[in-house]
Amino acid sequence: MNENIVLEAKGITKQFPGVLANDNVNFDLRKGEIHALLGENGAGKSTLMNLIYGLHHPDNGEIFVNGKPVAIHSPNDSIAAGIGMVHQHFMLIPVFTVAENVMLGDEVTKRGSLDRATVAAKINDISRQYGLDVAPNAIVGELPVGIQQRVEIVKTLYRNAEIVILDEPTAVLTPQEAEDLFRIMRDLTARGVSIIFITHKLKEVLAVSDRITVMRAGRVINTVNPGETNEAELANMMVGRQVILTVDKKDREAEGEVLNVEELSVRDQRDLETVHNVSFSVRGGEVLGIAGVQGNGQTELSEALTGLRHPTHGKVVFDGKDVTGKPPRVMTETGLAHIPEDRQRHGLVLAYTVADNMALCDYYRFPFSQRGVLQPKALDEHARQLINAFDVRTPSPFVSAGKLSGGNQQKVIVARELSRAVKLVIANQPTRGLDVGSIEYIHNEIIKMRDRGVAVLLISAELDEIMALSDRIAVMYRGEIVAVVDAKQTTREQLGLWMAGAHAETAQ
Amino acid sequence: MQSEKQSGSLTRQILQSISEASLVPFLAILTAVIVGGIVILFVGGDPILAYRGLLQGSFGSTKALSETAIWATPYIFAGLAVALAFKGGLFNIGAEGQLAVGAVVSALIGYALPEWLGFDVPAIIHLPLVVVFGVIMGGVWAGIVGALKAYTGGHEVINTIMMNYIALNTTSFLLNGVMKDRSPTNVIARTPLIADSARIPPIFEGLRVHWGFVLALLTAFFIWWLLTKTTLGFQIRTVGLNPDAAKYAGINVKRIVILTMALSGMLAGLAGVIEVSGLNYRHELGFSIGYGYDAIAIALLGKSHPLGVVLAAILFAAMRNGATRMQFLTQMPVDLISMLQAFILLFVAADAIIRYIYRIKSKGERVVLTRGWGG
Ligand SMILES: Nc1ncnc2c1ncn2[C@@H]1O[C@H](COP(=O)(O)OP(=O)(O)OP(=O)(O)O)[C@@H](O)[C@H]1O
Ligand SMILES: [Mg+2]
Repeated sequence: MNENIVLEAKGITKQFPGVLANDNVNFDLRKGEIHALLGENGAGKSTLMNLIYGLHHPDNGEIFVNGKPVAIHSPNDSIAAGIGMVHQHFMLIPVFTVAENVMLGDEVTKRGSLDRATVAAKINDISRQYGLDVAPNAIVGELPVGIQQRVEIVKTLYRNAEIVILDEPTAVLTPQEAEDLFRIMRDLTARGVSIIFITHKLKEVLAVSDRITVMRAGRVINTVNPGETNEAELANMMVGRQVILTVDKKDREAEGEVLNVEELSVRDQRDLETVHNVSFSVRGGEVLGIAGVQGNGQTELSEALTGLRHPTHGKVVFDGKDVTGKPPRVMTETGLAHIPEDRQRHGLVLAYTVADNMALCDYYRFPFSQRGVLQPKALDEHARQLINAFDVRTPSPFVSAGKLSGGNQQKVIVARELSRAVKLVIANQPTRGLDVGSIEYIHNEIIKMRDRGVAVLLISAELDEIMALSDRIAVMYRGEIVAVVDAKQTTREQLGLWMAGAHAETAQ
Repeated sequence: MQSEKQSGSLTRQILQSISEASLVPFLAILTAVIVGGIVILFVGGDPILAYRGLLQGSFGSTKALSETAIWATPYIFAGLAVALAFKGGLFNIGAEGQLAVGAVVSALIGYALPEWLGFDVPAIIHLPLVVVFGVIMGGVWAGIVGALKAYTGGHEVINTIMMNYIALNTTSFLLNGVMKDRSPTNVIARTPLIADSARIPPIFEGLRVHWGFVLALLTAFFIWWLLTKTTLGFQIRTVGLNPDAAKYAGINVKRIVILTMALSGMLAGLAGVIEVSGLNYRHELGFSIGYGYDAIAIALLGKSHPLGVVLAAILFAAMRNGATRMQFLTQMPVDLISMLQAFILLFVAADAIIRYIYRIKSKGERVVLTRGWGG
C-alpha cells in the first residue's frame, strides 16, 4: 500500500431511485495534493463526496483512510477520521457568530457556559497559521459569501481535518476571492492537508490542481496530470463529445427599445442605496451585458427590474408601459423571463416535482390550468419536452427538484425561462454551476432568442460569458454604471480596469 | 436508460412513499401502546384488559362506533383547519377560538332566527344559514390574524392565541348574558335549544351519529382535492414551502396568507357549527375544551395530509370514547388516555427516538441552514 495515499475509495456504488449515481468508483487522494474532480452535471461528484463524508451510505464499496478501512455512518465518523467538507451550499447558522458556528456540534464549555474566548483564540490561531482572515465575533449572516466560505474552511480545520473536500467553492466567489481561496488551498497543502476540489471551471483546474479525475454518468473516466492535458481535452472527456468553447454569433441590427431604465435607485434590505441613478436601455435583438464584480449592485438592480424589489427612485419602462415598482406577475405578463441569481431561494420550490417547477410562472394559465384546476397531463408533457431539449438529467418529471444535482436544478430554471414566449430576458448568472456542455447549449439558446428579436439583459460575474454573448457591455461599479461600450470595441483588460473602479471617459 | 427503469417502478415508488410517510406515525402509536402498557402494569393494572376495554368501548358495538364517529367529527374539521394552515406555512393555534365563535353564531341563528322573523323558517333555508354564518364567522376570526400577518408581520401564533382569549371570554360573556337560556330551571351558561329546522339529522334511527360525520369525510376529500389539484392549492403550497419563490412566481403572497388563514378558520368554525347543529343543539360554555388544541396534535400525527388527519382524528376519538369502558373494566383512571395520547405525540414529534429504536434510516432532506446557491 502506498504510504502517500491518505484517502481511498474502492468500488463505490450508489443507486438512487432511477439513477445509478456512482458506479464502481475508484478514487484516491495523496497527502498534500489538490485533487480536482471534474464531470458534467449529475455525473456523481457531490454524491461521491457525500458518501465519503457520511451523508449517504454506499450500496457497495469501501473507504480507506491512511490505509485502514473505516466505517463511516455519519459525518461524526468522518470528522473523527480527519475529513472535513465544505458543501455546495453552506451549513452555517446566519444569526450566530463565527465562533459559535465553528464550535457548533463540538461546543467548548466552561462551568456550563460557552467558552467563547478559548474558541476565538483557537480560531485566531488557525487564521494566522493558514492566512484565513476571519473575525471570530462577526455575525455570519452579515459576511460576504467569500468570507462565509472561509468560516466553513476554518470549521473543518478546527476539527483537525487533514482531508478537506471543497464542493464547487469558486462558483459564488469573485475572481479576487477565488484567487484568495487558491492561495489558502496552497498554504493548506504546504502544511500537509490534502484537498479534493470540485469545479466546472477548466482554467482553475489546470491552474491549481496536482491531479485531475474526470467522472461521467457515475463512472470515473480517467485521472490525468494538468501538465499533460488542456481545456478542450478535459471538456471532451467530461461530456464525451467535442465542445465548442466559443459562441457563434452573427451581427444583427438591433430593433426598437424594449426596456428603458431611467435614473433608477434601489436600496437593499439593510436600507443602503446599492444602486444609484442608473440609466440604460436594451433593444430588441441585442444582448446588453452587465459586467462587474459581484456585490456592486447587480442583485438589487435585477430585483428592481423584475418586480422583486421596490426602487426608491426612477422609472422603468418595459414594452412602452411604465412598470416601475410593479409586482412580478405584471412583469411576466408584459413578457419578461427572469433567471434569478439565487436558484434555491427564488427559482425553485425544492420539494416540488421537476414538472411543477417547470411551470412555476405559468401554472395558472392555459394549458396548465383550466377553470382553476391544474392539468397534470399538460404539465407532464411540457416538462418532458424541456427535459429533452435542455438535457436535464432527471429520472423522471416527477422527481422533486431538490433531488437533482446542483447543475441540473439550474437547468430546470433556465429551460423554463428560455422556453417562454417573451420580449425580454433578464438572466442573472444563467450558467452558474453548469458544465461546459450545458453552458455551450444555453449560450446558443440565448443567442437564438436574440436573433428572434428578444431583448436580453445578461448579468454575469464571468467576463468570458459577458464577452462571448454581449452586443454592448455596461460596467457596474459601486452601484453605478461607469461605462457602456460596444462589445467589439473593448478588451478584457479595459473591462477589468473599469470593474476595479477606474473611471471611464463616458464611452458610448 | 434511466427513464425506462423509472416508469416501471413509479407506482411502486408512490406506494413506497405512502408507506414511508405512515411508518413513523404507525410505529409511534405502537410504541406508545407498549409504553402505556408498561405504565399500566407498573401501577398494578392489567394492560390487556385495559386495551380490550378501550377497543370494546370505541369499536365494539354499533353504539360504540356511533359515539366514536361523533367524537371524530369535530376532530376532523379542526384537524383539517390546522393541517391546511400548516400547508400554507402558517401555524394556526387559534382553532379553539374560531370553533367557539362559529358555534356561538350558529347557535344564535339556530334559536333566534325564527323569533326575529316571527315565523318558522323551513329547514332547507334555516340549516344552510346556520352553517354559512358559523363558517363565515370562523373565517373572519382567523382572517383577521392572516391580515395582521400579511400587512404588519405580526406572528400568527401570538395573534391566534390572543384571538382565542377574546373569543372565549366574549363567548362566556354572551352565554352568561344576552344569549343565556332563560328557562326558569337553567343555571348553566348556555343558549336556548336551536329550532328543529336548524338541526342536522342523525343518520340512523336510535343512534346519535349524524350527517355531520359524513360531511367531515367529504370535507377532508375536498381539502385534499383543493390542495393537490387546483391552482389555489398550488399557490397555498408554494407560499408555504418557499415564499420567496412564490413571490417570484407572481403569486400575491399577502393575499394567499390571508386566504389560507381564513379557510383554516372556516374549517375550525365548521367544527363548532356541527357540534351545535348536529349534536348538542345548543352552545354551552366549555363544551369544546381542547378540540382546538387536540387538532394541532391530530394535524401533526396525520402529517398534515387530509387522509392522515381523518385517521388520526378517528384514533383520538376512539381513545376518548373507549376510555369510559376501559375505566369500567379496569378501574384505571381516564387520565391514562391523555397519557397515551401524550406518548404518541411525543414519539411523533421526536421521531428521532422512533427512528433510533427501529433503526430506520432517515431519508429526509437535511436542513439547509444558510442558503448558498445550489445542491
Ligand atoms: N438525494 C438524492 N435522491 C435521489 N437522487 C439523487 C440524490 N442526490 C443526487 N441524486 C442523483 O444522483 C445523480 C448525481 O448527482 P450529484 O449531485 O452527485 O451530481 P454532481 O456531479 O455533483 O453534479 P453537479 O455538477 O450538477 O453538482 C444525479 O442524477 C442526481 O439526480
Ligand atoms: Mg454537485
